[in-house]
Amino acid sequence: MLFLLISMEILLFGIAREIVGKTKLAVPTNQNITTVKSLKTWLGQQYPAIQTLSSLAVAVDSEYAQDEDVLNGDNEIALIPPVSGG
Amino acid sequence: MLIKIVEHIDLNEAYANLHTPEAGAVNLFVGTVRNHSKGKEVVHLDFEAYEAMALHQMQHVANAAQSKWPLCKLVMIHAVGAKSPGDPVVVVGVSSAHRDASFEACRFLIDELKKTVPIWKKEFYEDNSVWVNAHP
Repeated sequence: MLFLLISMEILLFGIAREIVGKTKLAVPTNQNITTVKSLKTWLGQQYPAIQTLSSLAVAVDSEYAQDEDVLNGDNEIALIPPVSGG
Repeated sequence: MLIKIVEHIDLNEAYANLHTPEAGAVNLFVGTVRNHSKGKEVVHLDFEAYEAMALHQMQHVANAAQSKWPLCKLVMIHAVGAKSPGDPVVVVGVSSAHRDASFEACRFLIDELKKTVPIWKKEFYEDNSVWVNAHP
C-alpha cells in the first residue's frame, strides 16, 4: 500500500506561516486527512490560533478548493489565510 | 496582456503596454502605500505572494474583464517585498475604444484582485505589526 506512505505537504503563507512557524507543513499519514474540511479541522486542533482568523481557504493547484474536495499528495496544496493585496 | 509580480513597479512600462492606436481611452489605477492605518502611523509594509497561484488568479480576473468589456490591452502588476509610504504596490489598467468600458473594467480589475489574489500585506507601525484583514 505505497499510497498510504505518501504524506501531504501544505504550503503556508502570511499569518498562517507565522502561526505554524514554517513555510511547509507535512501532514502525518496516520491522521486520515482526505478532504479540505478534515485538513482544516486538523489544523485548527494543532494550531488553535488558526481558528481565530477571519477566514481560511485551501488551494489545490492554484485554484480555491471546496470543503468536500478530496486532497491528494500529488497536487500542490496551500493554506490561504485572508488575502490583503492591492 | 501583461500580468506579473515584481519587486519594483515601473509605471512607464505599465503605461507603454496599454498604448495602441485602436484605443481612445487608457485607464490606469495605481495603488500606493498609505502612511497611516486606523489612526496609526505606518512605517513600512511587507507584501508576500503565493506567486504561482497569484498569477493564475490574476489571469482569471483578466479573462473575466476581457469577456465583460471590449478591451484593447490590459495590465495587472503587483509588487512584493518591503514598501515605504508613497511606493506603488499595484497597477491595473486597460485600454479601450471608449472611456466608459475603461473606467468600469479598471475598477473591476482592482476590486476582484483584492478579493481573490493570494497576496498578503503586513503593516509595520512604530511599536508593532499586523497582517491586514487576518482577524475579524
